[in-house]
Amino acid sequence: MKKAKQIQHMISKPFDLLSEELVFIILDLVAQNPSDLKSFSLTCKWFYQVEARHRRSLKPLRAEYLPRILTRYRNTADLDLSFCPRVTDYALSVVGCLSGPTLRSVDLSRSFSFSAAGLLRLAVKCVSLVEIDLSNATEMRDAAAAVVAEAKSLERLKLGRCKKLTDMGIGCIAVGCRKLKRVSLKWCVGVGDLGVGLLAVKCKDIRSLDLSYLPITGKCLHDVLKLQHLEELLLQGCFGVDDDSLKSLTHHCNSLKNLDASSCQNLTQRGLTSLLSGAGCLERLDLAHSSSVISLDFASSLNKVSSALQSIRLDGCAVTCDGLKAIGTLCISLREVSLSKCVTVTDEGLSCLVMKLKDLRKLDITCCRKLTGVSITQVASSCPLLVSLKMESCSLVSRDAFWLIGHKCRLLEELDFTDNEIDDEGLKSISSCRSLSSLKLGICLNITDRGLSYIGMGCSNLRELDLYRSVGITDVGISSIAQGCCHLETINISYCKDITDKSLVSLSKCSMLQTFESRGCPHITCQGLAAIAVRCKRLSKLDLKKCPFINDSGLLTLAHFSQGLKQISVSETGVTDVGLVSLANIGCLQNIAAVNTRGLSPSGVAAALVGCGGLRKVKLHASLRSLLPSSLINHMEARGCSFLWKDYNNHNNSNTLQAELDPKYWKLQLEEDIEL
Amino acid sequence: MRTKNMETGEDDLCKNNWGSASILDYEMAREDEEEEPNLHVFKASSSCQDNNNNGGQASVDFLQGVKAQAWDPRTMLCNLSFMEHKIHELQGLVHLILGRNGQLQDEQRQLVTADLTSIIIQLISTAGSLLPSVKHHNMSTTAPGSAFHEMKNEDDAEEGENLPPGSYEIKQLEKEEILAPHTNFCTICGKGFKRDANLRMHMRGHGDEYKTPAALAKPTKETVPGSEQMLVKRYSCPFPGCKRNKDHKKFQPLKTILCVKNHYKRTHCDKSFTCSRCHTKKFSVIADLKTHEKHCGKNKWLCSCGTTFSRKDKLFGHIALFQGHTPAIPLEETKPSAAASSQRGSSGCGNNNNNAGMVSFNLGSATNANQETSQPCFMDGKISFEESFSPLSSDTCNFGGFPRSIFDDSFQMLISSACGCSPINGGDGSVSDTSV
Repeated sequence: MKKAKQIQHMISKPFDLLSEELVFIILDLVAQNPSDLKSFSLTCKWFYQVEARHRRSLKPLRAEYLPRILTRYRNTADLDLSFCPRVTDYALSVVGCLSGPTLRSVDLSRSFSFSAAGLLRLAVKCVSLVEIDLSNATEMRDAAAAVVAEAKSLERLKLGRCKKLTDMGIGCIAVGCRKLKRVSLKWCVGVGDLGVGLLAVKCKDIRSLDLSYLPITGKCLHDVLKLQHLEELLLQGCFGVDDDSLKSLTHHCNSLKNLDASSCQNLTQRGLTSLLSGAGCLERLDLAHSSSVISLDFASSLNKVSSALQSIRLDGCAVTCDGLKAIGTLCISLREVSLSKCVTVTDEGLSCLVMKLKDLRKLDITCCRKLTGVSITQVASSCPLLVSLKMESCSLVSRDAFWLIGHKCRLLEELDFTDNEIDDEGLKSISSCRSLSSLKLGICLNITDRGLSYIGMGCSNLRELDLYRSVGITDVGISSIAQGCCHLETINISYCKDITDKSLVSLSKCSMLQTFESRGCPHITCQGLAAIAVRCKRLSKLDLKKCPFINDSGLLTLAHFSQGLKQISVSETGVTDVGLVSLANIGCLQNIAAVNTRGLSPSGVAAALVGCGGLRKVKLHASLRSLLPSSLINHMEARGCSFLWKDYNNHNNSNTLQAELDPKYWKLQLEEDIEL
Repeated sequence: MRTKNMETGEDDLCKNNWGSASILDYEMAREDEEEEPNLHVFKASSSCQDNNNNGGQASVDFLQGVKAQAWDPRTMLCNLSFMEHKIHELQGLVHLILGRNGQLQDEQRQLVTADLTSIIIQLISTAGSLLPSVKHHNMSTTAPGSAFHEMKNEDDAEEGENLPPGSYEIKQLEKEEILAPHTNFCTICGKGFKRDANLRMHMRGHGDEYKTPAALAKPTKETVPGSEQMLVKRYSCPFPGCKRNKDHKKFQPLKTILCVKNHYKRTHCDKSFTCSRCHTKKFSVIADLKTHEKHCGKNKWLCSCGTTFSRKDKLFGHIALFQGHTPAIPLEETKPSAAASSQRGSSGCGNNNNNAGMVSFNLGSATNANQETSQPCFMDGKISFEESFSPLSSDTCNFGGFPRSIFDDSFQMLISSACGCSPINGGDGSVSDTSV
């Protein structure tokens, strides 16, 4: 009798047989998908508890629920508050009290309305806090920085765009947080040489230092480059760093691996030579948008670092043929080269550069408009290990060259052929790159469904496909992609005017789909959208702008099924108040764009705004600004939502859409705009 | 009038005699204000006359068996000739009075008295300047050679200029003289001047004889003929026990009279000048006050140790040098918490006040932590959170503990007013009501 009761009991609670360790393993496997995790924890009380105990990282949607969330998840180590725009001192106090001892990292980069008092609470209570991200705290002053200095065990600190910080605050942090390893001070425009110098003197463990856009001179770099473990130094846009201040610089920073000196307008070859003089082990060098011409002389300043250099970025520089040739012969271990927007690059230069670079993995020649098939052929034949090739707007490159790329570089994973002359034959050759994961074919007017079907058959790993304005594509091509590429996460079919609901229905098979952009597809209706909404559970970004047949019923389905939606654009659609208000059902919705949507009334917009608790950015027509109550706007702004008021001169809507859909006309317009 | 040559011999002796006598007199007469020095001067001059028959011998036994040595005849000579000159001036004045048939009116009497006083003061100063050299001799041993050696040992620790002892001559002014507003007086009208050049300019008004180039020349250059190099003059502070006093073990002489004046006022006088800006800093030398007032309020760079700097780079150099020192956030933006932290940062150098503040702060947060962590169920705890949070604000408002040495009263006032703790983002307060 007793035994029977026991058995009965066992059957009623079958999970008691599972050991906790096994459940933890299951949880790790399930954790990929948040909704799976949710249903797991709702299975039974025990699972609920185990899940709560096992979970280490949290990304709450609302700061108001922090007390409850943190009481449930007592072992929280990583707390990402980037979904919570308004984090008050009280909330930080709650965090400090409930998960003080376990907490290791906090992300407050997108939150505001906390003050020094709340931070002090956090710093004092969370004794093992290792990482804190305070970026974008534009109102933060030195007093708050002095409080951060109380977190003695801090190793990673981000203070990007804390514009009101000065040397004094950084000084406090430098003295207080001696264990700092990674520090980002990007855009802290109040911090100068003294603060950075003190940081370098006091925190000897610094591995990575981001000093981008700081008003520093070369003076503090003397101290910075004495750091024994410095691996990464970012000096992007430091206009004060000039040749003269670096003249006396001698250092032996052999740990330095990554140097970003891009946009340093006053840094020329002379200063760079002394900057690189002691960095013998440098692997990555970024000199994008520097003022000096990349000539033979310039290449000679790379002498000291040439042996180990693996990556060089020369975006937007005036590049000479000789310079590229010298770099090609000097730095033979280069794996990544970026020449994006170097308008002076010629076929000869690029050919000389890549000739000896057998190891080249990544090449970016975006907008090098002078290049033709000659150099691309050279790239294809001398760099068989190429993984990434970005050649947007190299419109002189012949169709044969693309065939050769697919033929020679079988390891390609990332391809950007936006605005190129590639055709179906090229795509057929590229489809032999089995590991291709990102393919951008925007404004490729020569490709058709046939080419896409090759891709669909060959590249089963494709994650991202961009078909923006590739007007030769119809439902057939899309369906072959949907058939073959089941891992597709991002697809852009904007302005592909022949796309209908059939494409959407076939795309709904791609259950991993996260980003779907179908701007300006006039045949798409709510039925297609419903198919996507129901089956693509991970959908987070949706662009439905200028899809006139999208209306409230589409949004109602979205509101019901796509609980993960973060961003939606319903500008110039048939959406009315009902649809917009229904979006309030989606908890993590952050961005809404609803410009020129005729069915919207001020009260409907107001209701939707109040309803969506997590809104960060709303794009509305400027006329609504005066129609919405100012108290509502103030309220929304205080919740952390910013408004963008758009004022398009909305002349004859249907005609402009037609004009936009005609690729020839659109390109002509674009070129006119550029010339202007 | 005696010839210069004759004087040389006499003056050596005069100086010795008079000098050793004056030491003793001075010790007694220090407290007396006006009359005593007067007498003493005449005594000194008389003793000088007594012994004017003796030769240039150095070791002459004088008062109470103190052996004085003429180790520095030239300087003595110079001093004495100066004194003689003064006495002649006094004589001239008395002749002047006699020329008026002794019929002095009150005004004239006052004038003469003033003249006399000024001369007397001059005499005292000269006499005072003779003192150190004599006293030195008294301290040292009998033999002139050995004296030299001992002195050297004594002054080993001297910093700054390394003058070998004996290579300079030590003068010691008296307190009254140091504090006198004027050091140069007109022999005719008695008007006082700070600089002798000013006096010479003034003298031109008293007659054509003062307008000659010789009369207008700088008098300090008049040296005794035949002596190529004058001994360097150094000064001693009359305050006993002072390092600048010649009796001090590690005596460091002062370079000029001005140094003496400033030193004496700075170290041994009340600081009577108060800064009109901060009303805190006090000075005894008016020049110091003026210098301070020029920079007062500009020392905005504070270190947690209480040191202020007028330049930010100096502060950062200081912080880079010392462990545990933190920049103290300027007061205009000091919020309580920050102040608390900077206060805590100054662990090494906190005074009692400071430590007390620290402890109370720590206790506050620690107890809160215990409370909160010991309560297992915190679901309904909005109120308890508020409670747990509020001690912080009261904590941080408690700024009595700020080191007084660093931040003066005005600063404390500012802090307490800043304890209202405005939130970082401006528009919050109004909004909190409306937020759902």
